[in-house]
Formats: sequence, C-alpha cells, structure tokens
Amino acid sequence: MKRSPLFYAQLGFTLLVCAFMVVPMVLSVMAGVTTNYFVGIKSGLTLKWIVQVWDLYEKTIYLSVGIALACVAITALIGVPAAYVLAQRQGRIARLIEELIVLPVAVPGLATALALIQFWGPYPEFRTSWVFILVGHVIFTLPFMVRPVLAVMLTGNLRSLEEAAATLGAGFAQRFFSVVLPNVRGGVLAGALMVLTLSVGEFNITWMLHTPLTMTVPVGLADSYASMRLETGSAYTIIFFLIIIPLLLALQYWNNLLRRNDQA
Amino acid sequence: MSMDGRKHTLLLGALMAPAAAFFLAFWLLPMARLVGVGASGPQGMGAYWSVLTNQNYLTSLIYTFVLSALVTLATLVISCIAGLFLERNRFPGRSLLLAVLTFPLAFPGVVVGFLIILLCGRQGLIGDLTKWLTGEKLVLAYSLSGLFLGYLYFSIPRVILTVMAAAEKLDYALVEAARTLGASPLQIVRDVTLPALGPALVSSGAICFATSVGAFGTAFTLATNITVLPMLIYNEFTNYANIPVAAALSVVLGVVTWAVLALARSVAGNTVTVAA
Repeated sequence: MKRSPLFYAQLGFTLLVCAFMVVPMVLSVMAGVTTNYFVGIKSGLTLKWIVQVWDLYEKTIYLSVGIALACVAITALIGVPAAYVLAQRQGRIARLIEELIVLPVAVPGLATALALIQFWGPYPEFRTSWVFILVGHVIFTLPFMVRPVLAVMLTGNLRSLEEAAATLGAGFAQRFFSVVLPNVRGGVLAGALMVLTLSVGEFNITWMLHTPLTMTVPVGLADSYASMRLETGSAYTIIFFLIIIPLLLALQYWNNLLRRNDQA
Repeated sequence: MSMDGRKHTLLLGALMAPAAAFFLAFWLLPMARLVGVGASGPQGMGAYWSVLTNQNYLTSLIYTFVLSALVTLATLVISCIAGLFLERNRFPGRSLLLAVLTFPLAFPGVVVGFLIILLCGRQGLIGDLTKWLTGEKLVLAYSLSGLFLGYLYFSIPRVILTVMAAAEKLDYALVEAARTLGASPLQIVRDVTLPALGPALVSSGAICFATSVGAFGTAFTLATNITVLPMLIYNEFTNYANIPVAAALSVVLGVVTWAVLALARSVAGNTVTVAA
C-alpha cells in the first residue's frame, strides 16, 4: 500500500514526540551504568552506582512495596463494598459520595498533605509512622479502586444474577461472596494494578508526610537527586524503572483484555 | 416489603460506613481544618486576600497559570497530531510507539524533573549537541523553558490516551462523506474531526491544566528561579513556618483545580475522569 506524504509527515512528528519521551529515559539508564558521566561512556561501564544505591536506599524499596500492597488491601476492603452501594443506589446522595471521593485526586496532593499534618500532627506516634503515609496513599488511590469495580458492576448482568440467587434463598452474605465478588474480579484486579502503580510512584503527598525513617522510593529519589552524584541518581532511577514498568505493562495488558471481553 | 426495604438500606449503610469513616477522618475533617487555619493567622481572613494583594504571591500565581495554560495548549496540539495518527494507521512498531508514549504516565514529578536535567541541564544532551554545533552550550533545564518541557513530558501521555479513545469512537462515515463532497484534509480536520473530539479535548485539557497547576515534584527537582505556586506553598510551610499563608494558598490552589475540572465537566458532559 502506498502511503501519502501526509502519512510520513505525521509519522515523523510522532517519532519526534516519542524521542522526547524515550531519549531522557535512555540517558538516565546510560548515566546509571557509566563510570564517569562527565567524561562519557569511554570512561567505562560499571555496576558500582547500582550497588551504592542498593546500600543506601534498599530500605526505601521495601517500604514502598509494603505501603503499596497495604494500600491495595485497604482500598479493596473499603472500596469494593462502597462500589456495591453506589451501584445499587443511583440517587442524589450516591452521586454526592462519588463526587466527594474523587476530590483528593482533583485537589493537589500538597493541600491534602498539609491538611493531614495540621489535623493529625498532635498525635506524634501516628504522624511519624509509615502508617501516616499509607493513609495519604489510600485517600489518593481510593477512587481508582472504586471506579473500575463500579463500572463492572453497572455493565454486567450482576443485578439479575443476584436476584436469581435471592429467589433461590441465598442470604446477603452468600450472594456477596459467591455471586458479586467472583463477577467483579476483573474490575478489582484492574483497580489493584492502578493502585499499586500510583502508590509506588506517589511523591507530592509522601514528601510532606515522610520522616527520615520513613522514606519511600520517590522520596529517596528526590533525596539522591539533591545530594548525590548524577550517576547515583541515574542508577536509582533505573531501579525505579525496573519496579514501575512491569506494573505499567501488566496494567495495559489487563485493561486491553477487559475491553476486548467487553466488546465480545 | 417496607420492612425488607429498610433492612436493605441499613445493610447498604453498613457497607458504605468503612469508606465513609476513613474519608471523613483523613480528608474531609482535615481539609475543613485547613480552611480554618488559613484564616487563623494575624491577618485573619486577610491571609486569603493576601494571595491577590501580596506582589510575590500574585506574581507566582500568574506565572503558574500562564505556564499551565501554555503547557495545556501545546499538549493538546501535540497529542491531537500524534494521537489521531496512531489511531488511524496500522504499521509495524505502532504498539511500541504507543507503549513509549504512555510509560511516563506513572513517573513521579521528581523523576520527570531529573529526566529534564539529563536532557537539557548543565551536563545534558542538548547542551552537548548545541556546543558541538554552535560552540555555545544551551542550558534550558533551570528556567521557565525547563519547567515547560517537564510539564509537557508528564502531560502528553495523559492527553494522548484520551484523544485516542475519543478518536476510536469517531464516526468515519462522516469523514468519508466530507471527502466525497470534496473537502480537503484540512477542512475535514477543522469541520469534522475537531468538533467530534471537542468534549474529549475540553476534559483532557482541564485535567492537564489542573495537574500542571498543582505539580510539585518537577519544580522541586529543577529548583528553577521561577517560584510556581506549589513551591511557594512548600517554602512558606517548611522554610518560613508561615502556616496560615501556606494553608490559605493551598486552599486557593485546591479550589482553582477543582473549579477548572467542574467547569470542564459541565461543558463536556460527564467524561472528565481525573487521571493521577
């Protein structure tokens, strides 16, 4: 098939945009394994920066993963029942609740963080623990769990399935666990992947809530950019990419799968 | 039946209770307190007023809004061209390009700032290239253009996905009809494609603007000589312990981003989904 000149012009433009996105990522990977970035790649390749980052910031990785997993658990525990209620009730109060829980995403994280510090600051044990960061993450990610679950609940034939189960004598608990939950698995997984990705990458709230003992990966990254060599910051960025990119790929893959099932 | 209905309502209330309690304790009440703190300083409500009367705050506010508006405009143009192209054409390597364009969606602002430093900072690629070409090193990262590039970097992925999703639903019969009626490609874009994409552009533009206005991490890493509003709030809070002003400024910032999103939703319908 013959392509028009317009096609090549647009392709060229799109490639340029892709280059803008990908070249800095390539630069950081290169810088992270170069002995001396100022001299260039001819100074030799090394893994010593990665090792240094591991020595200095190993704990931030465990904390980030721990907070992200706890965040998924809590958003699922409180978000899935909430989505169920929102799917059952379409009245004004339900819409208001839907609006409210999205507010922490619409309002800048800095404002949310300042509010949390002002309100909960008088409780130093809570203020200085990692749970304080977890609370901020849950508030920020909750809508990303509720939304996909609610979408699945509204599109499927969940209502008639539940009614059928009810006429057959199933109580609420039985219906919820053996009819509702199995049918919204896809939405929960989509939400969980999104929550994981967002929690691991969250900076705006976390930077205000952290203490020197509760540093997550993005906080550690900011710390290394400000106080370490360019090579160390880059090596740390490589480690961050290694955590976040598989999560992103899984998220894309799963959302495509959900969409295809939807259309089928 | 009514007994059953009441029981059902109680049950739904119990299911909503954990999320509602969490939200109340960790967002709604703290936010209400923050609004109060903003009015608690020596100036009282004047702290809110000072956002407009204090020259420093006003300058920062204007810089932030102008920068965010420019970024939004540039992002919409770029995403329309690249997004429509990727949606309409199938060619080898397309899904790779798509993946590359959407990866930065999950990068925190600090990482974006660092990537901009690698691209056009003191030891950056653009600096090396311009030095080699012209003998003069071009360093953009720590100025307004650095912020612009950084904001562009995290905005494009968000907008391009929305544009593509909207273009997917575009009625191609209309495009074909326009073509058979003799419309040029430019006319088709102006009279058919753009109006059809309108709601998606309004909503993603609003998200882009709101995200840019509230962006903190990128400005934090670049440490530019221009103080955008989130950096101003951070400085007032940590360096000057000026809590009432920091609170007032963040309340204003929050109201602005919320209002932009709400306005866009009333114009574009209920398609404004907030992306992080």
